[in-house]
Amino acid sequence: METIAAALRDAGRMMLALDPALVEIVLLSLRVSLTAVLVATLVGLPLGAAIAVRRFPGRRAVVIVLNALMGLPPVVVGLVVYLLLSRSGPLGELGLLFTPGAMIIAQAILITPIIAALARQAVEDAWREYQEQLRSLGARPAQSALTLLWDTKFSLVTTVLAGFGRAAAEVGAVMIVGGNIDGVTRVMTTAIALETSKGDLPLALGLGVVLVTIVLALNAAAYLVKETAQRRYG
Amino acid sequence: MVVTRRVILAFLLAAAAAWTSAHAQEKFITVASTTSTEQSGLFGFILPIFEKSTGIKVRVVALGTGQALDMARRGDADVVFVHDPAAERKFVAEGHGIGHRNVMYNDFVLIGPKSDPAKVAGGKDITAALKKIQAAQAPFVSRGDRSGTHAAELRLWKEAGIDIAKQKGAWYRETGSGMGPALNTASSMNAYLLSDRGTWLSFKNRGDLAILVEGDQRLFNQYGVMLVNPAKHPHVKKDLGQKFMDWVVSPDGQRAIAQYTVGGQQLFFPNAGK
Amino acid sequence: MRAPTSLLPLTLERVCFEAGGRRIIDDVSLTLERGARTVILGPNGAGKSVLLRLCHGLLAPTSGRIAWSARERTTGGRAQAMVFQRPVMLRRSALANVAYGLKVAGVGATERDARARAALERVGLTHLAARPARVLSGGEQQRLALARAWTLNPEVLFLDEPTANLDPGATHEIEAAIQAIHAGGTKIVMVTHNLGQARRIADEILFLHNGRIAERASAVRFFTAPGCPEAAAFLKGELLW
Repeated sequence: METIAAALRDAGRMMLALDPALVEIVLLSLRVSLTAVLVATLVGLPLGAAIAVRRFPGRRAVVIVLNALMGLPPVVVGLVVYLLLSRSGPLGELGLLFTPGAMIIAQAILITPIIAALARQAVEDAWREYQEQLRSLGARPAQSALTLLWDTKFSLVTTVLAGFGRAAAEVGAVMIVGGNIDGVTRVMTTAIALETSKGDLPLALGLGVVLVTIVLALNAAAYLVKETAQRRYG
Repeated sequence: MVVTRRVILAFLLAAAAAWTSAHAQEKFITVASTTSTEQSGLFGFILPIFEKSTGIKVRVVALGTGQALDMARRGDADVVFVHDPAAERKFVAEGHGIGHRNVMYNDFVLIGPKSDPAKVAGGKDITAALKKIQAAQAPFVSRGDRSGTHAAELRLWKEAGIDIAKQKGAWYRETGSGMGPALNTASSMNAYLLSDRGTWLSFKNRGDLAILVEGDQRLFNQYGVMLVNPAKHPHVKKDLGQKFMDWVVSPDGQRAIAQYTVGGQQLFFPNAGK
Repeated sequence: MRAPTSLLPLTLERVCFEAGGRRIIDDVSLTLERGARTVILGPNGAGKSVLLRLCHGLLAPTSGRIAWSARERTTGGRAQAMVFQRPVMLRRSALANVAYGLKVAGVGATERDARARAALERVGLTHLAARPARVLSGGEQQRLALARAWTLNPEVLFLDEPTANLDPGATHEIEAAIQAIHAGGTKIVMVTHNLGQARRIADEILFLHNGRIAERASAVRFFTAPGCPEAAAFLKGELLW
């Protein structure tokens, strides 16, 4: 109990004081995870929608694999990206290892299947309702996919947020490819891991409270937007 | 779809490029080092001094010594700063590292619960203490991660005449984690473990743990620094890396190391000249 | 080049459709000509909706052939449209829903807007143009669906029980719109359960029973002197529908 109380005090103090080191870590976390979400959304939404509306051989296998990839272990993703970006790896020339770029790549790989699989589900549900009408109007699969993405956009907000939550909370992959370098690749989760290692549990937990608060605030905002929009547009 | 994919790919590359170029202007080196130097706060103290005098940023990736050497072997670091002399000699002999220098030392300490079920407290003889722990089957936490501390622990078991690979039982817990997590584990289990003094002194979640054995010559913990061989990895920043190595063994660097204290206690003892 | 080429007549040759091991449409041969308003009647499970979907191309026949007289045009929207029992509205404004079919067909924004507004006007929904379609009442949504079909200027309009879920007032408005669409030269093919509606709209009746065409007759003939015992029973309310 003492530790938890101390952690809450620490968290409150850090947030109120806008401790520059903390602000830097939070901003980097947001930049990395939001960029990863952007990339994963641009890939995942069209991919999920395409799988939802197209019928092709092996489709069921693709859906199963996609759903399974939602549970990709971050450490494995981190390791693969590390080996790819390592100087001895195929993409070593880019010099991306231990940069935020590497962290973005790892997180994007981690959450693209999540966004694609959840989008596939949402779009496919809508497709069941819309299919005859859209085909009757002569919409081709690609057009249908775009229409369905647009029409399910409120559910897709939740999908994208799920991706963001996973990216922001993830530690295994960014630790490996980012290296947790102070001031360069230290994000909230790796900072939490570091403080835990140092046995400074209140500070670690305090950082955790900050992280949860930020994710919570983003989710609350998105939920309110979704709620209002849904009430207005049916 | 092909067009979409190309757009996405272009975006990805652009984003990645934007990230790297943002830092490319900066002069920096990457140092593969150990959790003990990072987590004890030493780097946080001496690196700003170096950066101020040279304008070279030092990016530290803190791992176990074994992992740090692996990372350097793949060419992902410019300089290695670790503490496992035997492994370091091998690394240099294999041509992966050049210009090895001793930098400093601290010592390992045997940590254990104040209740001390194996009755090892107060002694100076580390091998005698390990024998007692093994005989009492008292809980012992091992790093188990090929780190410098792990290597030292294994060497000490051997010197105590115990073949730990064969004689370990449920009492011997290999955590496969860094010094800090291993200390956290020992703290919650009231177990014995070997730690470097620096990490121990800056560790906050001690619970009932205390130093039980220290001061044995065999607990000596030497840190060394070397450059990743540019002949193997041409991208290694050999000039900047060399500057860093020269600085840590210079009087300025050695003084900075000696000046770092936690709770009034000096953690690392420079010995580059010796 | 003859212009414009007509899609009609639509010819079905020995069309069968099976689903789940059951034959739903059984060896139907049929020609649908221009002009007349064709109403498909029949008890539940006779295969009326399936027949409509086969004609419209939403389902492919298990065997047999379905052929239009000309290839469907590829620009300016489809030359045939369908209105479903439950209208499917996209999550956007009423106007955007009407314009959607034109957008899919690649009609430019200005023309699209003008044509969609004209169609809304014709079904009396101009005042709701900016409202989200999915919050409209059932009757308004169905009129919107008609406007969406109408704006394509289809040669054929298929309707699958368009008033099944509506009250009499809304039903009347839908029927008026159907008549207006027909007056504009569109062939009407409609499935209904409502015999009164069939009397009001039909020029000819297709009576479907167990997946087969049991009778095809002019509306007057069908309602006064049905030609087969099933149709007679159906009209007397003795067949479940």
